[in-house]
Amino acid sequence: MRHVKSGIRGFWRVKNFAFLLAFMTFTWSFANPADHETGHDSVQHEDIIPHDEVGHDTHGEAGHGEEEGFTTATMSKTILHHISDAHEWHFFSIGETHYSLPLPVIVYSEQYGLDIFMSSSFDHHTHMYKTYKEEHGHIVLLDESGEPLLVEQNVEEDGVVVGTEMVPAPVMDLSITKNVASMLVSFIIILLLFTSVAKAYKARPGQAPRGLQSFMEPLILFVRDEIAKPNMGHHYLRFTPYLLSLFFFIWVNNLLGLLPGAANVTGNIAFTMVLALLSLIITNVNGNKSYWGHILWPPGIPLPVKVILIPVEIISIFTKPFALMIRLFANMTAGHIIIMSILGLIFLFSENGTNLGAGFGVSFASVPFAIFLYTLELLVAAIQAFIFTMLTALFIGQAMPEDHH
Amino acid sequence: MELLTPALGLFFWTLVVFLIIIFMLKKLAWKPILKAIKDREDSIEEALKSAEKARSEMSQLQSGIAEAKKEAAAERDRIMKEATEMKNNILDQAKKDAQNEARRIVDDARDAILKEKAAAMADIQSQVASLSLEIAEKVLAKKFENKGEQEALVQEYLKTVSL
Repeated sequence: MRHVKSGIRGFWRVKNFAFLLAFMTFTWSFANPADHETGHDSVQHEDIIPHDEVGHDTHGEAGHGEEEGFTTATMSKTILHHISDAHEWHFFSIGETHYSLPLPVIVYSEQYGLDIFMSSSFDHHTHMYKTYKEEHGHIVLLDESGEPLLVEQNVEEDGVVVGTEMVPAPVMDLSITKNVASMLVSFIIILLLFTSVAKAYKARPGQAPRGLQSFMEPLILFVRDEIAKPNMGHHYLRFTPYLLSLFFFIWVNNLLGLLPGAANVTGNIAFTMVLALLSLIITNVNGNKSYWGHILWPPGIPLPVKVILIPVEIISIFTKPFALMIRLFANMTAGHIIIMSILGLIFLFSENGTNLGAGFGVSFASVPFAIFLYTLELLVAAIQAFIFTMLTALFIGQAMPEDHH
Repeated sequence: MELLTPALGLFFWTLVVFLIIIFMLKKLAWKPILKAIKDREDSIEEALKSAEKARSEMSQLQSGIAEAKKEAAAERDRIMKEATEMKNNILDQAKKDAQNEARRIVDDARDAILKEKAAAMADIQSQVASLSLEIAEKVLAKKFENKGEQEALVQEYLKTVSL
């Protein structure tokens, strides 16, 4: 029996590995090793003149500092680029060859309608494609001459139109960016993971969990018994599925974000905003009479205090999910920034390769510290998923106070 | 600041992906998983309860068995005691009976002996008498012609003889 089991496990390992290989092959088949010309400094790169020989090196960290040197300014730029969203998924660069996965760009504008094309269509030097230009992760509309398309906008003062000004034309960018792509990967992982776990439960009802199932079960029970149950009273089973989805969605995305070359999804404010918004909606939709009573007319409090308290209570409806949004975003982003900064010290101290000894010396401190921070981040990934889920459960529970008895 | 400005695209896709995850996982994963876990917990609880019940029943049974054993032992002791008593009684009785019988036999024997003895004595007496008479007759044949006188004389002498 044991042989059969290990055989099955071995099969699974092979199958998983094959899946990984397939995914990688898929990735590389799309990967676009684009050659870039050398020798352009990163400052000029902001130039919008199309046919100037402006370098394209926002994508490659290695591309930085080849001419100018690696300064704190380029380092902060590199770090910010690393934690920001992008229209293509850059993995790494070898010399001037950038290995990246092109992603679909979906833009809608009043002027040009809906347009869908791959990010690899952007010119490598000018970052332009047809009437679009990619500028630091944003899509800017261009007119026929390649200049940014401007539209008139009314300038208002106290609700009265006092004049007009020219602003860049608004564009709705629904591209599958690096973050969205990473999130889709997490979507597939989560779905495969938990449907297979569910299958294991169906296949062996009433028996002890095995393999992946036994890894997931304590986590599922943790969410059910330690997060949902203590915070939500006897209604906890109604919200457990949502909390489980929330917990694993955040956690898996946190962990994916820690992979080298991965996207910083959970450290993006739009992502955390959606989750916080859903927490806000669920909390207030399920808020009962007593919850609203305490907010709108706090009982047992003198009238003058009520005057102060009611606005505070109303504000607190929004501050709680707002704190959720900021907490996850700040924690994940800060982790990325710190690790990048610690490792960046090596390049700063080596002074662009002229002082290799210093760089080498610093690496003895930087690398262990970065490893320490990285493991810490692994912990933070789980803790932040836990805190977000825990507080969401707490807020929902607080909105149904009678249910605690 | 750039970092703090939520991008519409990511907001939209996150919402879409997360809502799909919520609904798909709820249907495909959480419901069956939570139900399976609940079922298993229930069945384990049930099994534990029934095991506890079986154990208490067992201990009850065991205490019953111990009691029965004790009773049996007492019964055995009682029977043994009775048997011993009965045995002793029987032995005593038998001894007594035997003694009585022996005594009776001895007595009977003694009586018989006495009777035999008496008979034998009487016989001896008569034989001795007749013998003596014959002897005396033969002895006195010459001395006494009168038989009657002789016999009366012998009788007289025999009376004086004590055995």
